[in-house]
Amino acid sequence: MKFGILVNEGPYQHQASDSAYLFAKACLAKGHEIFRVFFYHDGVNNASRLTVPPADDRHIVNRWSALAQEHNLDLVVCIAAAQRRGMMDDNEAKRQGKDASNIAPAFRISGLGQLVEAGIQCDRLVTFGD
Amino acid sequence: MLHIVNKSPSERNSVDTCLGHAKDGSAVLLIEDAVYAATAGNMSEAKVKAAMPNVKVYALGPDLAARGMSARVLDGVNVVDYGGFVDLVAEHSNCQSWL
Repeated sequence: MKFGILVNEGPYQHQASDSAYLFAKACLAKGHEIFRVFFYHDGVNNASRLTVPPADDRHIVNRWSALAQEHNLDLVVCIAAAQRRGMMDDNEAKRQGKDASNIAPAFRISGLGQLVEAGIQCDRLVTFGD
Repeated sequence: MLHIVNKSPSERNSVDTCLGHAKDGSAVLLIEDAVYAATAGNMSEAKVKAAMPNVKVYALGPDLAARGMSARVLDGVNVVDYGGFVDLVAEHSNCQSWL
């Protein structure tokens, strides 16, 4: 079955990022396909390459990147939500005249249309948030 | 329909609201802080028990364990792991997260 996952909450806030990650892993373990993980609202902070949690804590951002690289997942960050929160890739940084980008590997920035497409293409779309 | 709730009944009224809207034959999965609604002595216990003949109630085992609540689960609540969570989403034709 084709799954879509929507993450609306930032990492280390409550539990949505963890629940979404563990749900994604369980989907893959069951042989399902994950069409896309879409990060919206504060969920875009799951994609910050500059995240540095304490050494004995889980690294939510790196964990997403690793899972995506292992299973070739499409991790999409909402561009409008990202810009409001200072999250950008190299192209956006250049376009906005910023001196740095901060998006983590395996994430890409795109529009809400990607969420709509996931809703259309997936058999199930599961929302995690605050 | 699978309803997914993630807030404690003492924080928000989403468990009560969800149970009030869930149609007979649907399922409610309690995750994160909502697992408290599946435990003995919680403030929504009566409502959860009243709903159980018509609505299947599930609770996420790892979230119960993380809160030390595994031994206080109400009779009739089905405890599932993340694999069971995935199965519930797959088995029901649609799901709604009560955020």
